[in-house]
Order: sequence, then structure tokens, then C-alpha cells
Amino acid sequence: MAAVATCGSGAGTTGSAVATASKSNVTSFQRRGPRASGTNDSGPRLVSIAGTRPSVRNGQLLVSTGLPALDQLLGGGLAIGTVLLIEEDKYNIYSPLLFKCFLAEGIVNGHTLLVASAKEDPANILQELPAPLLDDNSKKEFDEDVYNHKTPESNIKMKIAWRYQLLPKMEIGPVSSRFGHYYDASKRIPQELIEASNWHGFFLPEKISSTLKVEPCSLTPGYIKLLQFIQNIIYEERFDGSNPQKKQRNVLRIGIQNLGSPLWGDDICCAENGSNSHSLTKFLYVLRGLLRTSLSACIITMPTHLIQNKAIIARITNLSDTVIGLESFIGSERETNPLYKDYHGLIHIRQIPRLNNLICDESDVKDLAFKLKRKLFTIEFWQAEVQKGVSRATFLLDGPRKKLFPCLFQLLEVACIPWLMASSSIFKASNIGLSPSYVTNSGFFSASRFHF
Amino acid sequence: MFVELNNLLNTTPDRAEQGKLTLLCDAKTDGSFLVHHFLSFYLKANCKVCFVALFQSFSHYNIVGQKLGVNLTVARERGQLVFLEGLKSSVDVFFQTQEEPHPLQFLREANAGNLKPLFEFVREALKPVDSGEARWTYPVLLVDDLSVLLSLGMGAVAVLDFIHYCRATVCWELKGNMVILVHDSGDVEDEENDILLNGVSHQSHLILRAEGLATGFCRDVHGQLRILWRRPSQPTAQRDQSLTYQYKIQDKSVSFFAKGMSPAVL
Repeated sequence: MAAVATCGSGAGTTGSAVATASKSNVTSFQRRGPRASGTNDSGPRLVSIAGTRPSVRNGQLLVSTGLPALDQLLGGGLAIGTVLLIEEDKYNIYSPLLFKCFLAEGIVNGHTLLVASAKEDPANILQELPAPLLDDNSKKEFDEDVYNHKTPESNIKMKIAWRYQLLPKMEIGPVSSRFGHYYDASKRIPQELIEASNWHGFFLPEKISSTLKVEPCSLTPGYIKLLQFIQNIIYEERFDGSNPQKKQRNVLRIGIQNLGSPLWGDDICCAENGSNSHSLTKFLYVLRGLLRTSLSACIITMPTHLIQNKAIIARITNLSDTVIGLESFIGSERETNPLYKDYHGLIHIRQIPRLNNLICDESDVKDLAFKLKRKLFTIEFWQAEVQKGVSRATFLLDGPRKKLFPCLFQLLEVACIPWLMASSSIFKASNIGLSPSYVTNSGFFSASRFHF
Repeated sequence: MFVELNNLLNTTPDRAEQGKLTLLCDAKTDGSFLVHHFLSFYLKANCKVCFVALFQSFSHYNIVGQKLGVNLTVARERGQLVFLEGLKSSVDVFFQTQEEPHPLQFLREANAGNLKPLFEFVREALKPVDSGEARWTYPVLLVDDLSVLLSLGMGAVAVLDFIHYCRATVCWELKGNMVILVHDSGDVEDEENDILLNGVSHQSHLILRAEGLATGFCRDVHGQLRILWRRPSQPTAQRDQSLTYQYKIQDKSVSFFAKGMSPAVL
């Protein structure tokens, strides 16, 4: 196929177009554009897709994860063509929220969604998406668009640029053109936004009942079906860039919920050495192959705390691009620990990919905690609170005798808990020369807030 | 290629040794910068390179290679580089039946088979072309990375067999070099990975081990590199010479320094 031939060198990009790769004279000074430029263009085009922006570091095309705080921690956003793996918290309370924010961001930006679940009907998942908090400016934009669309009062005759009059009126694009929105977890997304969006659902109990006419390989049937479904959508809706005539490119956001749980037919959460222990890793590999050759980004939530074989978790982490772990305090002794009284859990950024680069944008801040207030989900830099404003050093030197033991206890509590749970970045030399891409200054004792 | 690493290894593209197997392994950090180093090193040394890239896409290696001074697209067109892109090929293999055996045929098989098609692909790619003139100096096989094959269902023994066949062909018969990346799982008891790592370590001449710092994340020192020569070429040299350096990766190069001598600390 001619498209494949041009795709051969151009496809598989992760966000920046190596366009004209089929031609000679490829210099490193290329304008960055979206990947999958399997077109017959003569030169690289800087196509802007709603809801994406190029990365500051390497021109990678990024989409927002739905939480601006998380975007910053990941170096600007989630790169197109990559997988974001979320290791679920123990009772699966907070990870669905991240999952839904990702999907809601797709609806707000006008992206196409593909929701796959073995537990809930995707239509129900979409009904429960959080409502976007549109600030006044973008709300005004939205209202104005609606207004202009309804009352064609701009029928003023153009005298000089009369050709432009013949162009169609501006249509309502995505609701907001910003990158990254805030979501109100207590409200539901307006019904008209869902109806205006383009989404595909994969509900495993429905799909698995049909006959399976594929050769047996060691993937569970649910995974095979899901891969075929995803590949179908990518091919039919031209996310792989195979149709150069498509004038407006769009991004496909894939969300897979509870992958690896027994509901998908996989037994890695039940048995230590299951019959097909390679099923999930093969699935991830082929999925990543599909993503790398299309304009899509994927979020997967996985109950890794249930996986018996720890080696598989390491393999899964290696096969995914970005990995985030959520650890909620519910049911653990930290729930009543006064050090953690403001927070609901910890966020661990386990892996950030190095794409098109030798280095990645790792955040210096490793101790991150989240809390779900009534409406908003916030991620903050966690610090050990010092009791009553006295620093540790003065405890040691000037503590009065009779209060020595309670002081020591408090000192131990303050000193040991971070020792146990926080990373040893505490003891490292503090940062020298911060790059401006980080929102806050570092330093162990500064309170910084990532507002989401 | 990183000039500082060349100095540490005491090689240049012009006078590199032949018939050697180099093992790159990483523990708790990302050792892929070593893969980029060797890829650009051997391309600059005018070798014929067969790159089995299972981990990332072609454009990733291309863009990083351009920062290091080699152009993979041009090399591929010239015939100097034979590139097997694992991610893209796996999609082709998985969704469509192939007529002739594909190097990644094992993806379609239910049981753990063997890596014979992959070996045939490597042998075909690196066999000397009887065109009379010798365009390339010697063949090189680069694999990034081998642990992915374990994740895809191959047994450790099958992968070790594949390495053995490749070594017999590339290193001994064709007098070329091999560079392989294997992840070290460390605390996690991944038995198959340990078997694979031990097996390849015993066969290798040079081991480059990138480790994360034991004390955790540091902004100025990204890790520690251990270099181990296992069978030194000169008979009078000591056995199993080993060196340890710490490194920091920058945008286009990597700087190495002795332990504790990071410029940020001094």
C-alpha cells in the first residue's frame, strides 16, 4: 500500500513528525507536527489539533490528563502514542476519578473516546463523568459562539475581503480551547456534551458472547477482542493517518478500566503462576504498538495490588510508558495518623518515559499526596509537619528535661514516618538551579500546591 | 556516541575490537542511553548494523541518533542499518496472518516456541554480500531489549538459545560484535529474568551496568555505571578489571565522573 510505504518511515513517531523522511535531506531542524504523517505532503505541516500542545522539551505532542496538576508532574501532559498506567488504590475509590477526568477532558476538547470495561457499561461510565469548571472567559466564548451561530447578525457586507463572506460561519468547535481543565467531582457532566461527543464503548460481556474466530494464541479472549476492537476503530476512523484527505485530525482517547482483573478472564490476580501469565504483557505490548502508529493516548487502570506475582508487576511497569500509583490511606494506620490528617492518600510517580530524548522531565518532588475535597481533587507536595513550630534541631538542643520524652516521641514520629515512607530524596543535596518548567520551588520545607 | 564513555572504555570507532559480546544491563534506572551510544558508535565505525528494536519506535532512535550525530534514515537507505521495529511489526503479525515466517512469529503461537525465525532474520541481515567490494567493516547485532522477549511469552532457555546461535554466527563466524540490553529486576524475584541475565553475563566480554543510586533520586547524579571487562585481550592484564563511575545525562551527551566528584557537589 502506498500509504504504508510512506508510513514506513514516518509512522511510529511519537508525536513529532519525521515528515519527508521518505525523501532525502532530513535535517534535525524539522518543524514539529503531529505524528502519523503518512501523507504525501511535500513538507512538514504544523497541524494543531484541539486539546493538544507540543511539549516544551522535545516538541512531543501532548494531551492533558484531565488534572492540570498531574500534567505538570508528567512534564506537561501525556504524550500521544503512549500508555498511562494507573495502579489502583486498594479499594478502587480514587482511581476511577482520574479515569473519568481523562475521559471528561476528551469530551471537553472534542476528542473521540473509546471506553472499555468489563464491569460497567461504558454508557453508564460516561454519565458519571465530572462536570468541567469553565471559568467565565471560556463560558463567555461558548455563549458567544452559540449566539453567533444562532443569530447571523454578522451579515455585514464585506467590501474588501468579500471572498471571506462566502466561507461558512465559524462552527462550534470544542467547548474550550484551553489545555487542561478543572473538574467538579460533585456534579455530572451536562448531557448535551455527551451527546455531542463521538464515543465508542466496549463492554466485555456483550462482546464476548459472539463467536471468536481467531487463532488461539496465549491471550485471553477478552484481550483479543479488545485489541481487535481498538484496531478497528483506529483503522475506520483514520487515526493512523492512512487517509491524507481528512481535513481535521482528531485524537482518540482510549480508557480501559480494571485491566487484569478477573472480570477480563485473566487469572494473574488470582493465581501466582497462572496458565497464561503472559497474556497481559503481550496485550500491553501489542496495544503500545497500536498506539505508536496512531494519534491516540490511552489510560489504563489496573489493580496491581491484587497481582500475586511481583515479577509480573515489574514487567508491566517496563512495558508501559507512564506509571502512576495511588495509595489511599483508607483502612491503613495512616488514616488516623495526625501527620496525614489533611490528605486522603499518596501519589507515586513510578515511571516517566524518555521519548525522543535521552532524559525526561522528572519532577524533583517525590513526596506527593492527594486529597479529594468536596469538589476538587488536589495534589500537593507532602511535608512532615513540624509540631508547634519548633524545628527538629532545637528539640535536640534545648528541649526541657521534663518534656524530654514526649518531645522525643514527637521527634521520632516526625523523623521516622518520613524516613519510612518518603523517598530518600530528603537527604539529597537540595536542588541547584531550578528550571522554570516546574511550578513551585523545591526544597523540602516549602509548601507548594498543585491546584487541580 | 559519548566521547567520555569512549575514553573510559578505551576505544574509538576506528580501532574497536571485534568478536565481542557486550552486555548492557540496568537496575532501577533506565540504561537506554547506552544503547544509543553503541548504535551511533558502530554506525560511525562504518559497520553493518542489525538492530532488533523491541522497545521503542524507529523515530525515537532516529531523533536521539540525530542528537548524537548519526542519521538512521539515511543509514537504513544506504543499507548500513537493518532495523526490525518490534512495536510496528507486532501489530502486523498479530492482526494479519503472514505468508512467510515473520521474525516475531511467536506472538501468534499459544505455546512458548523458539526464536528461530528471529535468528534467521538476523543471519539474513548480517550475512556478507558477495559484491566484491567490502563496504562495511564488520557486522554488529544490537538488541534492545531482551527482557521484552520474556514478557512476550518466550522462555529464558529459548532466549538463551537464540543468543547462543547469534553469538556463534555473528561473533565467531562473521567476526562481528553483539550488544544486548537486559533489565535487571533486582529485588523483584523474576526467576526467568535472572536466568537470562546470568546466562548472558557469563558469555559476555564487557558488561556495562547502569544502576540507580542506592540513596535514591538525585538531580545531579543520575546513576552509577559499572564497567566490567571479563576477558581482557592482553594476557598480561589483570583478570576481570572493573571500574565504577557516576554519570549525569544531559541533552546530547553524558558526563562521567568518579564517585562523589559530581561538579554540583564540588
